[in-house]
Amino acid sequence: MDSALIPEGAKRCSLPKFSIGMAIVGAVLLWGVWAMFLCWFKGLNQTNMNDYYGFALWIWADLAVIAVGGGAFFTGMLRYIFNIKELKNIINFAVIIGFICYSSALLILAIDIGQPLRGWFIFWHANIHSMLTEVAFCLSCYFAVLTIEFIPNILENRQANKVPFFHHLAHNMHGIMVIFAATGAFLSFFHQGSLGGVAGVMYGRPFAVREGLLIWPWTFFLFTWSAAAYGPSFTLLVTKMTEVITGKKLVKDNVVHLLAKISGWMIVTYIIAKIIDTIYWAYVTAPSLGFKLSHFYTDNSFYGYWILITEIVICGIVPGAILVIKSTRENPTLRLVAIILGTIGVCLNRWVMVLQIMAVPVMPFDTWALYIPSWQEVATTVLPVAYGIMLIALAYRYLPVFPQEKELNSVKPITESE
Amino acid sequence: MTQDNHNNAYKFGMVIDLDKCTGCGSCMVSCMSENNVPFKEDESNKRDSITWMRVYKLTNGKSFPDTEIAYLPRPCQHCGGEGDHGHSPCVSVCPATATDYGYDTGIVSQIYTRCFGCRYCMGACPYHARYFNWWDPKWPEGMEKYLSPDVSPRMRGIVEKCSFCYHRYQAARDKAYYHGDKDHIKEEDYQTACTTACPSNAITFGDLNNPAHKVHQIVKPDPHPDPRNHHVVGKSRNPKVFRLLERLGTNPKVYYLSEREWVRKQGDHYLEGEWDKIKNHHGTTSHG
Ligand code: SF4
Ligand code: SF4
Repeated sequence: MDSALIPEGAKRCSLPKFSIGMAIVGAVLLWGVWAMFLCWFKGLNQTNMNDYYGFALWIWADLAVIAVGGGAFFTGMLRYIFNIKELKNIINFAVIIGFICYSSALLILAIDIGQPLRGWFIFWHANIHSMLTEVAFCLSCYFAVLTIEFIPNILENRQANKVPFFHHLAHNMHGIMVIFAATGAFLSFFHQGSLGGVAGVMYGRPFAVREGLLIWPWTFFLFTWSAAAYGPSFTLLVTKMTEVITGKKLVKDNVVHLLAKISGWMIVTYIIAKIIDTIYWAYVTAPSLGFKLSHFYTDNSFYGYWILITEIVICGIVPGAILVIKSTRENPTLRLVAIILGTIGVCLNRWVMVLQIMAVPVMPFDTWALYIPSWQEVATTVLPVAYGIMLIALAYRYLPVFPQEKELNSVKPITESE
Repeated sequence: MTQDNHNNAYKFGMVIDLDKCTGCGSCMVSCMSENNVPFKEDESNKRDSITWMRVYKLTNGKSFPDTEIAYLPRPCQHCGGEGDHGHSPCVSVCPATATDYGYDTGIVSQIYTRCFGCRYCMGACPYHARYFNWWDPKWPEGMEKYLSPDVSPRMRGIVEKCSFCYHRYQAARDKAYYHGDKDHIKEEDYQTACTTACPSNAITFGDLNNPAHKVHQIVKPDPHPDPRNHHVVGKSRNPKVFRLLERLGTNPKVYYLSEREWVRKQGDHYLEGEWDKIKNHHGTTSHG
C-alpha cells in the first residue's frame, strides 16, 4: 500500500503488520503522554521526588540518553573530520539515534521543571557561571545541528527525492556536512562536559565535588569522554537490535568491527582516567573534607561498594578489554555482551552522579535518603523509549538509512509488490 | 556596595546557643506565620513539607543513663561561598539568576517570579535549606486574611527558603532613612522572627561586621582566610562557636554555640584523630 514510499529495492513487512507494531508501541507512548500531561497540569506532586531528591529518575534518564546519544557526535566527527570512510555506512543511523536521544532529553527537561512556561528564563536571565546554563545553550544548539544532519536523510525518501529542489538540497547539504559535524562535535564537547560539571561543581556535596582544570571539574572531561566512548557502543547495540527485529543484515562486519574497536579504545582510556579520578577523590578530595570512602557506600540498604565495582570493573574494564582485543571483538556474542555491558556502565555512571549524590547524607546528623519513583515518573521515562522505537521504525521503513542494506540482502530490483 | 562583603557593608548573621535551645519549635512556627509559608493537610512526610527553619534533634549516641540530647535549629545559612566571595553553593549554580547574593547585606535572596523550578540549587545546598513548592499553596478558609502583607506568597513549582526576614530589613532601612541616617540600621530595628520568638533567647542576630553588635561579640569572626584552608573565611575566634560543615568552604553566616564538646563535634565530619587535634582551639587553627 505504501510501497511508493519505501526505498527502492528494499523489502519491508506489510503495512498492516507494521501498523499493528506501531499501535502497540503507540499505546505505551500514550501512557507516557498521559503521565506527562498529569505532571504539567497537576504539578510535580505527581512524582515521588521530594526536597532531598530534587534531581531524580528523569534527570538520570536525561543524562543517560544524552550519554548514549554521544554516538552521533563522535561518529560524525570520525566520519567527516577524520574522514573515516567506512563509517558513512552507519552515520545516518547514528544521527537518527542522536536525534531521538536529544529530542527526548529536551522533552524530559520540559516536564521536569516546576514552571515549564518559564523555561525560557534560562536563556533570558542566564547565569553564565552555572553549568546548567551552558547545558541549556549547547543542548538546544546541538539539537538544531542534529536536525540539520537528519534532514538530508529525510529528503532522500523516494518520493521527496523526486522533487528536484529537495534532491539538490539533500545533495548540497551532504556537501557541507563537515561544517555541521564540526559544530556538533564542538557543542557536544561542551554540553556533555557541562552535564558532568553540574555534579562536579557542587562543592557542598562531597560525593560529587571534584577538583579540575580552570573552571572545569574533572567530571566535565570524564562525561565528554565517556559519552564518546560508550555512545558508539550504543549505536552498535541499536543497530544489532534493528537487525534482529528486521531479520536482515544492515551493516557490514568491517564497519561494525571498526566502530567497536574505536569504542573499545575509548572505553579503555576513559576507564583508566575514571579510576585515577576515583582514587584521587577517595584518598585526597573526600578525606580533606572529613569524609571516609566508607561514608558513601555503607549504612544504607542500597548503595554499597557493588555499584562502584559494577560501574568500573564489570561495565568498564570488561567491555573495554573485549572490544580492544581483536579475537573477542570479532566474536559476535562477546561483542554483543561488551556493548550491552558498556551501555549499562555509562547509564550506571549517570545514575551514581545524579541519584547517589542526593542519597548520601552530608550533615553529620542527617540520614540516607532513598526514593522510589512514582508511576508517572516511570511512564514519562518510558515515553522517550516508545517514541524512539517508533521513529526508528518509521525511518527504517521509509528512508534509505543503511546504504549497505541492498547489497547485503541482495534483493532483486523489482520485488516490491505489497 | 562592595564585592568582598567585608567592609562598608552589612553582613547579617546569627549565632544560636544550642545549650539554651529546648527544641520547642517556636522559631519554626513564628517563621511560618511571618513568611506565609504554606503547609499541607498532612505534614507527616517531612521530606516534602516546607520548613524554612527546621529544628534537628542531635544525640550523643550513648545509651541510658549517659544519653544526651541537643536541638539544632537550621535556617538557610546564607553562605558566603568559597572564600566568602558571594558564590554560595546555590547562587553559583542557579541557571536563571533566580537566587542572588546581596553584597550589601550578605543575605542570599530568592526571586520567586524568576525561579523556574529546576531544583539545581536544592541539590547544591548541603543543609537542605531549600524547599520546593510541590503543591499550590492553600490556607484553611479565612486564614488567608492573616497572611502577612509584607511577604509575597509563592506559587507551585518554585523553590523557596529562609530570607532572614528580608522584609524586616527593608522596614528597618526605611526607618533609618526616615531618621536621616540611612547607612546605619540599629541592631534592635532589624531582628528576624525566629530571634524574637525564641522564649529562651537562644538566637542572637545582627551585623557580623559591626563590633558593637552582640552577634559579633560572641562570634568574633576572623576576617582573614583560614591559613590552612583558604576557602574558609570568617571562622569564629571563640572556641565554643562553630559552623555547620565549615570544612566544605560554604562559609555560613549562621554560627552555633555550645559548651558541650559532643555537640560541637557534630557540626562537621572528622577523620580519626582529627577532632582531638583541633577541639580545644577550634577558633584559631584550621582543620582543613
Ligand atoms: S544554606 Fe543552602 S540555600 Fe542557604 S545560602 Fe547556603 S547553600 Fe544556599
Ligand atoms: S530552582 Fe529556581 S532558584 Fe533553584 S536553581 Fe532552579 S531556577 Fe534557580
